Amino acid sequence: MTFELLLFYLFGAILLGGALAMISVRNPVHAALFLVLCFFAAAAIWLLAEAEFLGIVLVLVYVGAVMVLFLFVVMMLDINLAKLREGFTEYLPVGIVVAVAMSVVLVAVITRYITMDVPERAGPEYANTEALGAILYTEYVYPFEIAAVILLVAIIAAISLTMRKRPDNKSIDPGQQMAVSREGRVRMVSMPSEKKKSPRRGAQGGDAEGEQDDPSK
Amino acid sequence: MITLEHYLVLAALLFSISVAGIFLNRKNVIVLLMCIELMLLAVNINFIAFSFFLQDLAGQVFVFFILTVAAAEAAIGLAILVLLFRNRGTINVQDLDAMKG
Repeated sequence: MTFELLLFYLFGAILLGGALAMISVRNPVHAALFLVLCFFAAAAIWLLAEAEFLGIVLVLVYVGAVMVLFLFVVMMLDINLAKLREGFTEYLPVGIVVAVAMSVVLVAVITRYITMDVPERAGPEYANTEALGAILYTEYVYPFEIAAVILLVAIIAAISLTMRKRPDNKSIDPGQQMAVSREGRVRMVSMPSEKKKSPRRGAQGGDAEGEQDDPSK
Repeated sequence: MITLEHYLVLAALLFSISVAGIFLNRKNVIVLLMCIELMLLAVNINFIAFSFFLQDLAGQVFVFFILTVAAAEAAIGLAILVLLFRNRGTINVQDLDAMKG
């Protein structure tokens, strides 16, 4: 057994153990943390298969963003755990039977029919990120842009789904602000001119100021 | 020497475990979403393994796009989940019967 195979078995065991723990623990927060463990083990296995860039991306994007989002949501919701676990033992036999049948069939097919020669390990001058970028931005540039649009759609969808109007919020709708017209604010009225009232002391002072202002213009 | 069978068997077992997880946690939407993530991970392991054994980078490009779509799916799924909890006060799948399905 080579050191590579030893590492593979080690991380594979962590991966499967983490997955088993994830589906069987009671608390969703623990399930999310076990899923993080699974992602770390999977990233190590991807590194063994010379997919360095994707291994790092798995840790950065999945563990760093998606799982944090999961944890955030799990902790934000106030879930009644006892009620959600009700049917667990009831469905346990069915789940085990399905999983065992599925894995037996898959493993039988894989071990019997699929074999490939193990390729040579790439030399130290091989850069996986560089090679991936070279085809991603040339051959696959159109799907790459579609992926960007998909992410944009996801951003807009997530924000518009979860944003809500608070009744006590005093912010002003910018659309309404922009739609304001002169007619909505100022009312022109046609009326006969008022007659000048008998002069008082206060009114006289106002008049004097007005007369002083006029020549300056 | 790690052969192709090693990777494929590992991914098959992981996929079976996540299918079992969907059966076991069929009341909890959050754990259902996590099981779907685990399934996608199993599929991605297959892609990476074939990419290495065929010496073809197209498999890794596919994994890249699957990760993108999975991240978008998780974000929208969790947004729907938050909305659901805000409106109904529960995430139990059994209680979500507004459409009489």
